[in-house]
Amino acid sequence: MDISNYLYLSAILFTIGAVGVTIRRNAIVVFMCVELMLNACNLAFVTFSRLHGTLDGQVASFFTMVVAACEVVVGLAIIVTMYRSRRSASVDDASLLKR
Amino acid sequence: MTSSTHLVYLIALPLFSSALLLLLGRIADKWGHYVATAVSATTFLIGLSEFFAMRSREGAARSSVQTLFNWISVGSFKVDAALLLDQLSICFVLLITGVGTLIHIYSIAYMSHDRDRRRFFAYLNLFVAAMLLLVLGNSYLNLYVGWEGVGLASYLLIGFWNERPAYAVAAKKAFVANRVGDIGLSLAIMIAFAQFGSVSFDGVKAGVPHASTAALTALGAMILLAATGKSAQFPLQSWLGDAMAGPTPVSALIHAATMVTAGVYLITRSNFIFDASPTARVLVVIVGAITLLFGAIVGTAKDDIKKALAASTMSQIGYMILATGLGPIGYAFAIMHLLTHGFFKASMFLGAGSVMHGMNDEVNMRKYGALRKAMPITAATFGLGYLAIIGVPPFAGFYSKDKIIETAFNAGGAKGWLLGGAALLGAAITAFYMTRVFILTFTGKSRWDDEAHPHESPSLMWIPMVVLSIGSVASGFLFNSGNALVNWLAPVVNSANFHSEKELMKPIVVSLLALAVVVLGAGYAFLKYRADVPVVAPEKVSLFTKAARRDLGQDDLNDLLLVRPGQALTTALVKTDENVIDGTVRGIAWLVQYLSYSSKKIQNGYVRSYALIMALGALALVATIWVVTL
Amino acid sequence: MHNLFSAALTIGATKTPEAVQFWILAPLAVLAAVGMLVVKKAVHSALLLAWIMISLAIFYIAQDALFLGIVQVVVYTGAVMMLFLFILMLVGVDSSGSLVENIKGQRGAAFAAALGLGGLLTSLIGRAIVPHEAIGLTVSNSAGNVQGIAQELFTQYVWAFEVVSALLITAALGAMVLAHTPKSSPSQRFLSTARFRGESLSATAGLAPSGVFARHNAVDVPALLPDGSVAAESISATLEARGDMIVSTPFEMKPQIEEEN
Repeated sequence: MDISNYLYLSAILFTIGAVGVTIRRNAIVVFMCVELMLNACNLAFVTFSRLHGTLDGQVASFFTMVVAACEVVVGLAIIVTMYRSRRSASVDDASLLKR
Repeated sequence: MTSSTHLVYLIALPLFSSALLLLLGRIADKWGHYVATAVSATTFLIGLSEFFAMRSREGAARSSVQTLFNWISVGSFKVDAALLLDQLSICFVLLITGVGTLIHIYSIAYMSHDRDRRRFFAYLNLFVAAMLLLVLGNSYLNLYVGWEGVGLASYLLIGFWNERPAYAVAAKKAFVANRVGDIGLSLAIMIAFAQFGSVSFDGVKAGVPHASTAALTALGAMILLAATGKSAQFPLQSWLGDAMAGPTPVSALIHAATMVTAGVYLITRSNFIFDASPTARVLVVIVGAITLLFGAIVGTAKDDIKKALAASTMSQIGYMILATGLGPIGYAFAIMHLLTHGFFKASMFLGAGSVMHGMNDEVNMRKYGALRKAMPITAATFGLGYLAIIGVPPFAGFYSKDKIIETAFNAGGAKGWLLGGAALLGAAITAFYMTRVFILTFTGKSRWDDEAHPHESPSLMWIPMVVLSIGSVASGFLFNSGNALVNWLAPVVNSANFHSEKELMKPIVVSLLALAVVVLGAGYAFLKYRADVPVVAPEKVSLFTKAARRDLGQDDLNDLLLVRPGQALTTALVKTDENVIDGTVRGIAWLVQYLSYSSKKIQNGYVRSYALIMALGALALVATIWVVTL
Repeated sequence: MHNLFSAALTIGATKTPEAVQFWILAPLAVLAAVGMLVVKKAVHSALLLAWIMISLAIFYIAQDALFLGIVQVVVYTGAVMMLFLFILMLVGVDSSGSLVENIKGQRGAAFAAALGLGGLLTSLIGRAIVPHEAIGLTVSNSAGNVQGIAQELFTQYVWAFEVVSALLITAALGAMVLAHTPKSSPSQRFLSTARFRGESLSATAGLAPSGVFARHNAVDVPALLPDGSVAAESISATLEARGDMIVSTPFEMKPQIEEEN
């Protein structure tokens, strides 16, 4: 099997994640789509690691996971705060910037 | 050269008094005019003491200098604020302060009914200070300060009754015409600096022998332009007639005796330039000759007594300018005529003021007549001035004007005949119009308005007139006895070793000829105006008279050549400003607004839209990579 | 356990089984990802995401990234996804957003961008990879995958590792700050103290309840204060606004009562 298939998969998942971020309104789903994009990147990293025969890609992937964990913690806290004040998790409701 | 420490008081005292009167305001209404008059008299006394001190010295020591402070110091260009009192400037100092003091005294009575008399005296003192600075400055730059100062004072005084729009317009006209001349002076200063690296009289004089003819001609022409502006010479003469809007003492002091002669002073002071540039000198005589005839012709048709006198002033200054263009001896004669003119013209203006004072400020001579009985002193002093100006011996004008006519004839060749002829013709016309003024005003039948009750003016007014008329009787003889003034001025204007190269006519012939034309002119006027004079100026008159009434079309010419195009240009500029420049600015504003409104729609506040834009950005980035890695 | 690892390693090393595994799992993962976008309920999206993550973990292990595969399962699928579900519980499991788009042109532009991005990425990958044969991690993982990553982490990437630790602490603090809310209403203790410290002691004992000395329907009859005057505050503002309140003056205790006594 050609190893580049993993990369194609990674690209496809990333793109689907991007679409999800732009079209879904539920903040939690949007957030999950962001996680999907990060995971797609991780897959690419791991594949590159194998391609080049070094562990640097895996280390990068590891760091991505750590940062993603941080992001989830803060992001979910923001969603909770938002939900608490507006009783809604829709990102479209938080559109006060235009005024 | 002697150094002096008290020249500055000549300027500082009237300047201080002027500032005091203006700043104190109404508090000084009761006594301000006394202060101003006292200050003026003090400057006259200082001038007199300086004069006698100067006479007691000999040779080069006669001129004295006072350096006040280092004014400009830029690189090699250094100008000191310094005052120079020499044989030429002392003449002016005495004329300005002497006549000035008399007119101050006269004005106390003349302006007694005006609620702004204090302001008037403040301006008078300001004028005296500026005029003294003009004649005392030791460099063109110092002179320029005074030059602008007298322009300002003249503007303020012409428009003294600025509640009347016509007077305010007259003031503006005088100011603008003067500005044209001022540009000439400032250009002259720049040329002097560029050519000689110095703007002091001494510095320029030292540099003249090394300068090119073209530069000297340009310098001379610019100085002449300055003189035509300030001295109401052709082609900038049109403001003087309107300047009569000012109170009559102002007309006497500024627009007859002193300020308008500043141009003569400037040319005389710059004699070294004109001596070195024959072309500039020819320009000077042309301007002088044209103006003396122009003024005289205009004077024949004016019914307003002050305007007739103003036209006469213009003509007489034309004589002076003509004289300054005739070489070293001419300078002295110009100054002599300037001084005698200062006496008799001031005397006549004060007389005119006195007549107006008695006639409810009526200026139309056709409504005068037979005033000699009502105002004998005015008639006598005016008559003496009249005899002086037309050049009847032994009055002052005879000596000074004859000398100029004589010198003009001596210019040689066709030039001599032309200039001499013009001067002689001018003398004839002068005799005509001055006789006309005198007859219309003081003799014949009374043509007064019903409410006019002419009476002799108070002593405060007639005493200065008497003093001035004594000057107009005696000054010519005094100046001329033993060539006193010529010898006195010789060190400044270099007229000592002057010899007329070719005499067209003997002096006595010229004098007789001049007398003959004067008698002719006066006689013609006597015959013409002996009979009844219509109160309203007749409409059916010769084309010539009509032209003269309209100042020979000078105002129309100015209107046509300058005012209309200027207004059109201004209108065009305003339109350009409104449409093109403002249009551009507004267009840019509109464009920015439009773009802002358009791009505002992108900022819809939805985080998903921003995410989409990020995605598009990423797409663009990847597309770029895709393209560059092809 | 060790057997499982070695089994996984052998799977990664042999080509055909890996291909089989890929062609089974990859389409499912893509399907799940698409499903994430189209399902209405967020909780379904979360489950689909969990499935994708597990698939990815298997891919990691197949590609000699044993450590990352395990971490993926434990951290992502275990911790992070649980956190997501937890928040979903908080917000409401049943909350289902409408899928109708309400920003003009958003969906079209999104799909266009996605198509472009995907196409370009695929094309780029195709151009970049084709001639390469994977080197493989046999050499790098010779001391063991975990040991290899540890070697890298604590030598070459030690600085980044430390920075990441600071990031983690900051994120934890940030979450705490964000999630913290001040008490919404003052305590009873605070209120009673405030009553005694207030300007007047009239309401110290609390507002008089309505219906005291009731002669009518109690709620619309005002209470009387200790001095016998009417306490207007004892009537509900709503009743007052509706005009359902009985004029209170007749209920005032007048001195005449004392006279009767």
